[in-house]
Amino acid sequence: MKVKLALAQIKTKLGVVEANLEKHLEFIQRAGAEGSDLIIFPELSLTGYVLQDLVPTVAHPAKGDDPVFKELLAASKNIDIVVGFAEEDVRNRFYISSAYLSQGKIVHVHRKVYLPTYGLFDEGRFFAWGDSVAAFDTRFGRAGILICEDFWHTSSPYLLWMDGADLFLFTSASPGRGLTSAPQLSTAQWVESINQAYASIFTSFVIHSNRVGYEDGLHFWGGSTVFDPNGELVVKAPLEEEALTFCELDLNQLHRTRARLPLLRDERTALVQRELTRILNRDGSRSGR
Amino acid sequence: MDGLNINTDLARSILGGFIRSETTRAGFSKAVVGLSGGVDSAVSCFLAAEALGAQNVLAVRMPYKTSSQESLDHAQMVIDATGVQSMTIPITEMADGLISKFPDMSNLRKGNIMARCRMIVLYDQSAAFSGLVVGTSNKTEILLGYSTQFGDAASAFNPLGDLYKTQLRQLARALGVPQVIVDKAPTADLWAGQTDEGELGFTYAEVDKLLYLLVDERYTPDECVEAGFERKFVDVVVKRIQRYHYKRVMPPIAKLGNRTVGYDFLYLRDWGT
Repeated sequence: MKVKLALAQIKTKLGVVEANLEKHLEFIQRAGAEGSDLIIFPELSLTGYVLQDLVPTVAHPAKGDDPVFKELLAASKNIDIVVGFAEEDVRNRFYISSAYLSQGKIVHVHRKVYLPTYGLFDEGRFFAWGDSVAAFDTRFGRAGILICEDFWHTSSPYLLWMDGADLFLFTSASPGRGLTSAPQLSTAQWVESINQAYASIFTSFVIHSNRVGYEDGLHFWGGSTVFDPNGELVVKAPLEEEALTFCELDLNQLHRTRARLPLLRDERTALVQRELTRILNRDGSRSGR
Repeated sequence: MDGLNINTDLARSILGGFIRSETTRAGFSKAVVGLSGGVDSAVSCFLAAEALGAQNVLAVRMPYKTSSQESLDHAQMVIDATGVQSMTIPITEMADGLISKFPDMSNLRKGNIMARCRMIVLYDQSAAFSGLVVGTSNKTEILLGYSTQFGDAASAFNPLGDLYKTQLRQLARALGVPQVIVDKAPTADLWAGQTDEGELGFTYAEVDKLLYLLVDERYTPDECVEAGFERKFVDVVVKRIQRYHYKRVMPPIAKLGNRTVGYDFLYLRDWGT
């Protein structure tokens, strides 16, 4: 089975949901016209990233009758959509979320589990922590969503892998940093290398949609990528520039790679569970020392 | 030190995008740069010309009566090389209006007055030319506090503030800033023979290596000494970083209400754009 992907590497207007929604609909239209099956927008694609005190004013509930979701769901009749947004839950907590929309329905919402609150990041001050990492079924097989810092913790993709995901849908709004003599920023190198590593280790497709543009002095570097289950690069979007990048995934590659490299078959889940239980139950320590 | 080597193509592209973004999102299309004849303002001018188009950049030369002819000539070389618009507005009269009232005025006070006069000229041209003032302060001088608050440190946005002097020189060469400007001893040119390195007591090449370890690599002062820097030099630099922090932050506002600008009224400047 083949799946046509579109990576929507966009700039956003900070805190202007209507303008960003319009851009989403335009990109969805373009991707649909090219015959894409699935379009993936970056983290917080409807709002922009450094929201700070804007969070409560730009947050939306993930509901079919919400005016923003209504339009996106209408656009999801023929093409599946991953969209990033600030989510407000029924008890008025705010999350960094990504929703998977398909055929007019909200199939899954992932709430960012790891909120970086160090260095230049301050997410934990403005957002609530998500509390679940779960795979879900799509028209193309089982998938899972992680948002930026989520996939810097190996346990998150591991959980998705164990939950049956073969398509890892990663979204980011990654501020570029680490200017060295190399042709890419350190952040770009780090992110690309772990995406490639996950593809190889989990013998799965790893799809990463990152944004571009500036927010004050922060610069988002783009360079969205797709790696196949062999860890081979399928496509890479340009650095720095807004782009709609297409590629086709051959899902049969999962069969071929896993026939060669049965890492999933040999995974000792009971051992992991037993050892983790032992480690976490040990008196006075949660980190092994 | 390898850590101070930069990919100048990447820097150029990111900083060009930054200048375009910050200018257009504020509702402008043009920029104003004060050209001193030194390498920092030359780099800001080259970057702004590349990002916005030469015709959209106004370079302003602002000599005081003691400024060297060489500074003016070097600034002219940048104007010629970039093709930007230019004007020369001497600040002698406006600065001396104040300086002449205090016959015993120190060089420090005079220097600050000159830097602030230039700021007034640039912000006046900002309104006249409908362009934003591009900053020219580099990371080394920001960390060392080697600038005049509300003077040369004033700008609408600053593309150079995260580049050490050593890195800025690399970028200058890549941009095609005339060699003589890149190679000459940096100076505030407030009096004859003044150089930054003479005043600071160490070279940019030395201090950039130390600052890179202290700031970027988070070395402790003791670890810097272990890495081969003299204890006295490390102490002087560490003290300067702390002492001049006030120049790097907005003036603190005394909190009284439930919501106060700077503490819990937090928005980026790009809010809504």
